[in-house]
Amino acid sequence: MAEWTVFVVCAVAAVAAGAAVFRVDSMARATFALLASFVFTAVPVLLLDLAYLGVLIVLMMTMEMVVMAVFMIMFMMNPAGLMPMTMVHNTKGALAISIAVFCVLAAGALLVPWPRESAPPPADPTLQLGEAIMGDDMLVMMVAGLVLFATMVSGVVLATGRGRYDRYGDDLRGRPDDPIRGGVGR
Amino acid sequence: MIDADDAVHWWGLVLAPALLAAYAYAAAAGSAARTARASGAPAAAALAAPAREAAGLLLRRRRTVPGADTLLWRVGIASVPVAAVMAVLVVPVGGRAIADLSIGVVWFNAMEVLLWGGMWLAGWGANSVWGLVGGYRYLIQGLSHELPHMFALTTAAVGAGSLRVGDIAAAQQDVWFVLVMPAAFVVYLVSALAMSFWPPFDQPVGRDLSGGAAAEPSGPDRLVLLAGRHAMLAAAAAMAVPLFLGGGAGPLLPGWAWSLLKAAAVLALLVWAGGRVPAVRMDRFAEVGWVVLLPLVLLQALAVSVFVVAGWM
Amino acid sequence: MLEAFLLLAAALLAVGLYGALSQQSVVMVMMGLELMLNAVMVAAAAVWFHTSPHSADGQLLVLAAMLAMAVEMAMGFAVTIAIFRARDVDVTDSAGDLRG
Repeated sequence: MAEWTVFVVCAVAAVAAGAAVFRVDSMARATFALLASFVFTAVPVLLLDLAYLGVLIVLMMTMEMVVMAVFMIMFMMNPAGLMPMTMVHNTKGALAISIAVFCVLAAGALLVPWPRESAPPPADPTLQLGEAIMGDDMLVMMVAGLVLFATMVSGVVLATGRGRYDRYGDDLRGRPDDPIRGGVGR
Repeated sequence: MIDADDAVHWWGLVLAPALLAAYAYAAAAGSAARTARASGAPAAAALAAPAREAAGLLLRRRRTVPGADTLLWRVGIASVPVAAVMAVLVVPVGGRAIADLSIGVVWFNAMEVLLWGGMWLAGWGANSVWGLVGGYRYLIQGLSHELPHMFALTTAAVGAGSLRVGDIAAAQQDVWFVLVMPAAFVVYLVSALAMSFWPPFDQPVGRDLSGGAAAEPSGPDRLVLLAGRHAMLAAAAAMAVPLFLGGGAGPLLPGWAWSLLKAAAVLALLVWAGGRVPAVRMDRFAEVGWVVLLPLVLLQALAVSVFVVAGWM
Repeated sequence: MLEAFLLLAAALLAVGLYGALSQQSVVMVMMGLELMLNAVMVAAAAVWFHTSPHSADGQLLVLAAMLAMAVEMAMGFAVTIAIFRARDVDVTDSAGDLRG
């Protein structure tokens, strides 16, 4: 019963915070509403015995959202929402599509005869996950590592404004011409 | 959701914040005494200075800036001490933590990352340029120290073969992890200073920003922010004991006494070192973190993993 | 209980979809996408717990969704910065060169 109450409170709060993301004017509030939504969905995940994944959601999403806040402030014309403005298109269509999607998914959730497992969950789901990604399903982890590495490299390549020719000059020799020198004496 | 080992010791919910507050005060008094001695004033008189300052802040009225986002500001400031207390929930004192969660290390990490959001909000909500720059500075420091810090935690967890902080402490029966993984320990201490923006990493509240993220909060708000910062340093120092210093192991004295003593020693080391090292600029520390600390701690993790696989640990 | 979790996931996905479709700013669109991936995580965790807790596949799906979020955010911001550098815009309507 207590678990049920916690679930309902967190579920309602998560959806409300998620909706608030697109309602508030201040970009800081929008970002942290999204973070609140993530934290509130981490609690139901914790209720499912997934201690590691639940806490990992909080950890990852806090870092992600704070970085996101920086970009929000950087790119939005009115980051603090002190002069409300709308930056939306086709809201009616979007609303209709999302309501339709929700109805279909909800009908699926309620009407599909989901298979039930009577066996209890493993004693330590974290161990199960670790043995899977370091054993039978190691390919997932290896691909994940490659994908993240590729993301880092391509992200930096896309985002950087100054390549090595800007830094070292046309002959790529000499000391880099950096506005701020790095910390290791380069 | 909570199994037998994860049992929560409710009595500790009172004791742990009290202990944390005592350690936080000790850190404040220690740095006040150090400052006093450096300026030639009697150090003993400075021990009560933080209490006087706290009382003064409690009595002072709040001031605010037009356009301040009060909700986010308060949330950000309050999250600093809250994160410290939540982080310390998994730290065992003499083998008993308030909640020795099966994923205690991840929990500790997640709580201390909450500070990122808290500090940025504390800077943003004030609607002041000093605060916002301070918040950004904290993020830059966080991005520089967080990965090395995570791998330092991971190294200790790999050495013990468990994410439970109690198991990590218990795995150091024969040899303390500080001897097996010194690089991870050093990186942990550096990141402990950086995460609580303690000198030499105090740029987010630096004097060149006239106080940075702490420039605008006044009265009780400022007290909460500064107390939370000291509590975070104390929590990080306390966590170093089960991770690297054998937990409550030691001769003669009972386990809890050793835990408290070692935590006090680490805290004293951090406060002392913070006063001895010249300030570190966060833009330079970014390169140090990624080019020096991260490869260093990765090599350390590799070495420890090899030890574990070879059965030497 | 599984149905309740799936309803939560459906609601989160619908809210995220609404945001992703209706917002003009690239950054806000990404927030909508993150909400949708969040829904995927909840649904995967619930389905794992209630239908197949003996295999780790559900947990792996949660991990994969988290990975997708991280990659999406990093690449999304990189592209936004690249577009912004090139032509000073950050709204999706102005970046429709490849529209058919």
